[in-house]
Parts: sequence; C-alpha cells; structure tokens
Amino acid sequence: MELFTNQVLAGIATGAIYACMALAVVMIYQAIDQLNFAQGEMAMFSTFLAWQMIQWGVPFWGAFALTLVISFAGGVMIERLLFKPLANAPILTHVAGFIALFAILNSVAGLTWDFTIKQFPSPFGSAPFLGSQLISTHQAGMIAVTLVLLLALYFFFQFTRIGLAMRAAAAQPESARLVGINTSWMVALGWGMASAIGAIAGMMIAPVVFLEPNMMGGVLIYGFAAAVLGGLSSPFGAVIGGFLVGIFENLAGTYIPGVGNELKLPIALALIITVLVVKPNGLFGRSVVKRV
Amino acid sequence: MSALLTVTDLRAYYGQVQALHGLQFEMKEGSMTTLLGANGAGKTTTLRAICAMVRSTGSIQFAGTPLLGRSTEAIVKLGIAHVPQGRGTFTSMTVEENLQLGAITRKDKEIASDIERMYAHFPVLKQRHTQQAGTLSGGEQQMLAVARALMLRPRLMLLDEPSFGLAPLVVRDLFRILGKINREDKVSILVVEQNAQLALELADHAYVIETGRIVMSGTATDIASNEDIRKSYLGY
Ligand SMILES: Nc1ncnc2c1ncn2[C@@H]1O[C@H](COP(=O)(O)OP(=O)(O)OP(=O)(O)O)[C@@H](O)[C@H]1O
Ligand SMILES: [Mg+2]
Repeated sequence: MELFTNQVLAGIATGAIYACMALAVVMIYQAIDQLNFAQGEMAMFSTFLAWQMIQWGVPFWGAFALTLVISFAGGVMIERLLFKPLANAPILTHVAGFIALFAILNSVAGLTWDFTIKQFPSPFGSAPFLGSQLISTHQAGMIAVTLVLLLALYFFFQFTRIGLAMRAAAAQPESARLVGINTSWMVALGWGMASAIGAIAGMMIAPVVFLEPNMMGGVLIYGFAAAVLGGLSSPFGAVIGGFLVGIFENLAGTYIPGVGNELKLPIALALIITVLVVKPNGLFGRSVVKRV
Repeated sequence: MSALLTVTDLRAYYGQVQALHGLQFEMKEGSMTTLLGANGAGKTTTLRAICAMVRSTGSIQFAGTPLLGRSTEAIVKLGIAHVPQGRGTFTSMTVEENLQLGAITRKDKEIASDIERMYAHFPVLKQRHTQQAGTLSGGEQQMLAVARALMLRPRLMLLDEPSFGLAPLVVRDLFRILGKINREDKVSILVVEQNAQLALELADHAYVIETGRIVMSGTATDIASNEDIRKSYLGY
C-alpha cells in the first residue's frame, strides 16, 4: 500500500509537468486548431535562456520573469513571421512549418549550448517536503506552480476583456471580426502565452531531467496525451489530464510486469489513441450545446 | 441631411461568380432603409460587402470615409454593427458575455449601464443572462443578436432578415423596438427583409434589388402604394 501511495504521489509530481505542457498545447490548439509539434523545443529553448541568465549571475526569479517575457515575445514573433503567412495554407504546410521550427530550435540550441547535459537549479530545493520521504520540495513547488498557473489562466479567460476576446476569436472567428476583434492578433497572443507557459514547464522540469536540447521529447508526448485526455478545448481538463497521465505512467511502470522505463512512452501513445477512439472530446472537452 | 452611406458601382464576387453588378444606393443619417428582393437577389451580399466579408470593387463611403480596402474589424470600429443572416451570436458563451463582446472595442465606462439598457429593451435576456446563447430560442437569439450589435453604440446597424423564423408576434415586437432605437438612439438602420410589408411599414426608404442591381427605389410609402411594384417584386 505504501508503494502504491508513493507511486501515486510521484505520479502527481511528474504529472504537474505534463499538466504545464498540456496547458501550452491547449493554448495553441484553441488559437489555431492544431497541435504544435515544436512546443517542446520552444520550451527547451526558453529554459536554456533562463540557464544562461543564471550563469551570468541573474538571480533565479529574475531570470524566470525575464525568460517569460522573452518567451512571450518570441512566441508572438514566431507566429507573425512564420505562421501568419501560412494562415490559409493546407494543414500539411503547417506540419512542415512545425517540423522546421522544431529542427531549427533544436540545432540552434545544440550549437549555442552544446549537447552535454547541464544542471538546472530548483528554486524550491530538493529537501523532503514537510519531512515526508515521498515527495520533495521541488515536486511540491512544481505542483503549486501548476495550480497557480491554472488559476491565473482561469481568471484571465473568465474575467478580463482580452481573455473574452481571445475565447470569442477561437470559438467563432467570423462573428468575432464582426464585433471588431482583430482575430489575427488574438492568434499571435495565443502563441505568446503558449510559449510563456511552455517556458514555465521547461524551467520546472529541467531540475529533474537535466537540461539538454532533447530534454522535452518525451515530455511533449505526455503533454499531448494529457491534453487529449483532458479534452483539447479545456485548460482545466489539460491539468487534470496531466496529473492522471503522470499517475498512470508511474503505476504502469510499477505494477505491469515488463513495463520498464523503455515501455512508458508507447503507453502514452496507446493512451492518446484509446482516448481518441473512445472519447474524442476528452474528459472535460466541451461539446457545444446546440439547438436544432 | 447628408448621406451617411453612399454605395456606387458596387460589384461583388464569390470566386469567379459575380453576385452584385454595379449596385448603387444611398442612405441618409438617421434613416431606416430597407433592401427588398427575391431569394438570391444579392441582399446579403450587399451587407457583406459593406463589412468587407466578400471581395468587391466600386466604392462605399461611410460618413465620408471609404470602406473598401479596410478590414472587417476596422469597419466595425467606425461604428457599423452587422447582424448577419442566421444571427451570429456566440453560441458557447453566455448572454451577458455576448453583450460584453458587442462592446469589446469600446473604451468608455458606460458598458455596464448599456447592458442594463439592453435588458430594459429585452427583458427576457435579463432572465437568461447566465445562459449559453446557443440554448436560447430562435426569437431570443435574434434579440440577443440585435442587442449585441447595439452594444457597439453603432452609427449604422445592418440587419439581415431579423424576422427569419420568428413568430409574427415576436416579429412585431422586434420591429417596434428597432423603430424605437432608430428614433430615440439615432441609430441609422439598413434592414434586409423578406417580409416586405412589415419592412415598408417601418422604413422611410426602400430599395428593391434584382440579380445584383437596384431596380426600384423610393420612399417606403411610395413603394408600398405602387401596386405594380408590389405585385412584380414584393409578392403581396
Ligand atoms: N458563398 C457563396 N458562394 C458562391 N455564391 C454565392 C455565395 N453566397 C451567395 N452566392 C450567390 O450570390 C447571389 C446572391 O446571394 P445573396 O446571399 O446575397 O442573396 P440574398 O438576396 O441574400 O438571398 P436570400 O433572400 O435567399 O437570403 C446568389 O446567386 C447566390 O447563389
Ligand atoms: Mg440573404
């Protein structure tokens, strides 16, 4: 039983990362109806920027805040320069764009910072949390950051005018233009926010997996799995999905014989496919109420 | 009074298909003008052209400002609110959010009091203010669409078949409110209608469109009293 609780808690802790990534995935999906395959690389690149600033002597939270600002601006720029010109292109063109972005960010990071793994500091330390051996202060901090982020997003979308405008632009772009919303900028804003959220995920996970250009590969797949499980239209669902995927991953690794670390990734993929087949809208995805 | 809207030689295209063939009309400030015509005549296309929602050439002047070449959202910001055919409410959002979206370009402090004014015009919306717009009845959605458009505090409101699918009593009510808004709030209204009889009762001016051209124009009273026009174009 203790092993079980242990694994569930560890699952919630890793789940926090997937939840952050899934939030970023959902942000972009809401804005452009597509999954951004380069989301993980964007997060990795942001994390390197933070690492570089810390190397230069910037205190952690200063580097954290600066990285968010730069990542936001970078996300907006990527949309304006690369994806806005593709707005009316077929979906495969977009996929090609995502792959190009992936490759560019990955190799530029490799060239600039090389491929050796680097230590990334945790702002929360790694002592046992409240004297418990089950979960460390960093993991507890990660969970807290995820929940704060979710609350902030909820507040933003529910109670600010710009959040309302973004929701309207995502739900019904033509109607949104008819009330005077510049839908194209709303998409750019979505990219900026997704990029900043991804940066948070990157900076939270780097102390656990170490920093290197390929650090986000597996994480992004889990982020996708979480987003699909929660429902691609729901930030709340994405976070719950993240925690569930984290728990599932840990339990499967512990209890299903033969599922070691190597088989964890196929399990995430199997989960994505199962959800898409059984419940395409995910657990919390909104199916819009329509009168007929 | 000077013209608020002047449309000259308007041509509109859906891909290769031309839907308007040199349309010409104008509208005075404060007027309630109606565009009449059979199905497929080009009424909806005319309203869409004004809002840059279809490719067009020619000239559209709004209070001296040329509209062609501007984006839809820029045109809305000039004070033109469009209630499209089939309503165009935000179905997944609440009634109140829809009203707030109508005022999303405004920066003044009177948005909340305007929402209350809309609830006074349309009391049923107040009862349903937390309900998803998609779950309202057809008539309620039409009222919401009109209220949403008014939240812009428009100078000109474009209405595409507001009576479509509504019970006669609801239609009367809606048009009574539109008349009131036109007189009291000085909103100019350009309304497309299938229900010509009702539209002519309320409007001061009327234009009849046939296959992308204006074929008749005059005061609403003149058009309504001309039996030939009524029989050949308006079908009543
Ligand atoms: N999206 C479109 N693609 C191609 N042709 C279109 C499109 N929309 C309208 N048309 C054509 O343009 C012409 C004018 O259509 P429009 O919708 O303006 O008519 P309308 O006067 O509003 O008719 P109704 O009373 O039925 O609403 C029609 O011949 C129609 O077939
Ligand atoms: Mg029409």
